[in-house]
Amino acid sequence: MNSENTVEVSNLTKSFGNLVAVDHISFQLKGGELFGFLGPNAAGKTTTIRMLTGVIKPDEGTASIMGYDILTEGLKTKQNIGIVPEMANAYVDLSAWNNIMLIGELYGVPKKQRQKRATKLLKEFVLYERRNHLVKGFSRGMKQKLLLCMALINEPQILFLDEPTSGLDVESQRLIKDMIREFNKSGTTVFLTTHNMEEANQLCDRIAIINHGKIAAIDSPERLRMRSSGLQSVEVSFDKKISVDELSKIHHVREAKKIGDKMRLYVDEPSLVLDGVVDFARSKKLRIVSLNTLAPTLEDVFLKLVKES
Amino acid sequence: MPLMKGYLYLEQFMRSLAIVKKNIRIYYSKGPVVIFGLLVPFFLFLSFFIGRNITVEALLPGLLGMTAFFTATSVGPAIVPWEARARTLERLISSPISIWTIFLGDVLSSFLFGAVVSVFPVAVGLFIGVEIANLLILGVGIILATFCFASFSILLSAYPPTDTPASVMMLSSMIKLPLVFISGIFIPIEEMPAWGKPVSSISPLTYFTDLARHSIQGNGYYPIELDLTVLAAFSIIFFVTAIKIHERTMQKRL
Repeated sequence: MNSENTVEVSNLTKSFGNLVAVDHISFQLKGGELFGFLGPNAAGKTTTIRMLTGVIKPDEGTASIMGYDILTEGLKTKQNIGIVPEMANAYVDLSAWNNIMLIGELYGVPKKQRQKRATKLLKEFVLYERRNHLVKGFSRGMKQKLLLCMALINEPQILFLDEPTSGLDVESQRLIKDMIREFNKSGTTVFLTTHNMEEANQLCDRIAIINHGKIAAIDSPERLRMRSSGLQSVEVSFDKKISVDELSKIHHVREAKKIGDKMRLYVDEPSLVLDGVVDFARSKKLRIVSLNTLAPTLEDVFLKLVKES
Repeated sequence: MPLMKGYLYLEQFMRSLAIVKKNIRIYYSKGPVVIFGLLVPFFLFLSFFIGRNITVEALLPGLLGMTAFFTATSVGPAIVPWEARARTLERLISSPISIWTIFLGDVLSSFLFGAVVSVFPVAVGLFIGVEIANLLILGVGIILATFCFASFSILLSAYPPTDTPASVMMLSSMIKLPLVFISGIFIPIEEMPAWGKPVSSISPLTYFTDLARHSIQGNGYYPIELDLTVLAAFSIIFFVTAIKIHERTMQKRL
């Protein structure tokens, strides 16, 4: 990863009427980073990406991409990026090939280069055989793959992907995720918005969690999990039924919940509660069938942060 | 520095040609373009021509004026609302091209449609033996007029910022049809009543019809230089005004 910032965002703000869609957000992306922008629906993810890609103008704040200001040097900014917008389409009355050629021409890619790259991309995304077919006959997954080909025709330094796998079948999702990893590995910085925690966890070096237009946290998926105190738990099952209330009384247990045939005890530090669980079992003449400590999932962290924000 | 700027303009112009190619592939065969660009003027012309004793020389300037006007204004209004609805406009806006580049591409594709179709009445006229007094002036006039009408066509779609092509086509017809009636196509300017002459002068089509009369019949109402100057002035005014309005309304379409 390159230590230089390729994207710098400072106090970016956008309102639609009375609704503040993005509220003074700031963050940076390092070169070669795969950065996830995670949030529930209407959190401000798409508005952020639309501001960064020059589709809409921010009301306040600044942002630069590859050192170019998005407001005063819009064309230079756009020249360096590739985009798969959530709300945009390929031209359904053009063939896949002509769609890619059009975007290549709009980015000023010389004819021979764009033909060579288009052939390579279409083969990689398993669309080459359908290159001369009109896009109106394509499935959603094929259209999404084509949008990726279009975004990559100029070999961008930064790739903006707005919910790239949303609504796709498992096979297409996997192919697109693999390709994102490949392009990132070859040095492309990736800015990815998603509401899928698992996807962010699998793909991203760092994640920003956004809700109601504000960033609740930015960190690596693992550190986000670790720093979420109170979300760690101990899962235990006994050979007899036990009430949740009895378990809640064990020292250091903040909350107990029945999950299937197991009991989950939410704690600040799992090691502190293990002795208490064993003593509890002895005192009630119970046999411990299983005992596990659990780290919080990214979903737990996400829900906690979203709730707090 | 000026060399650098010149290169940037050239680069943007080349990209507007990519827009032209895209527009030709997609919009020339769209229903509203064919209906409002070819069928409406054809039937309007037939209703004017049938049953009247007019020479082909007297008829041709009017036919040419209608053809150039309707064809060059049929593609432009459809493109932006169509692209807004199909959600391809956002893809264009996020590309490294200016709004000027996009609309120059739209104007050029409308211009080409108008200019190419306008050659047909001239070719038919020549084929059936019409003598054209000044073919060069007619050629320059067709090019200038179709560019002017093409610029007018993107002005027609500038406001309101709708994403319904049919609404824009209907609204543009409401503006285009009255212009045809005041532009000396059906009644030559010199035969208009006193109040009609100043009214006709507000229509760009008046100057092209007059220019066509000069070229085909050898006489017109205004001097040729004036016709050419006014068409050039209208082209610039329409193009700049349309882009300024589109710049203001673009965010509402996205």
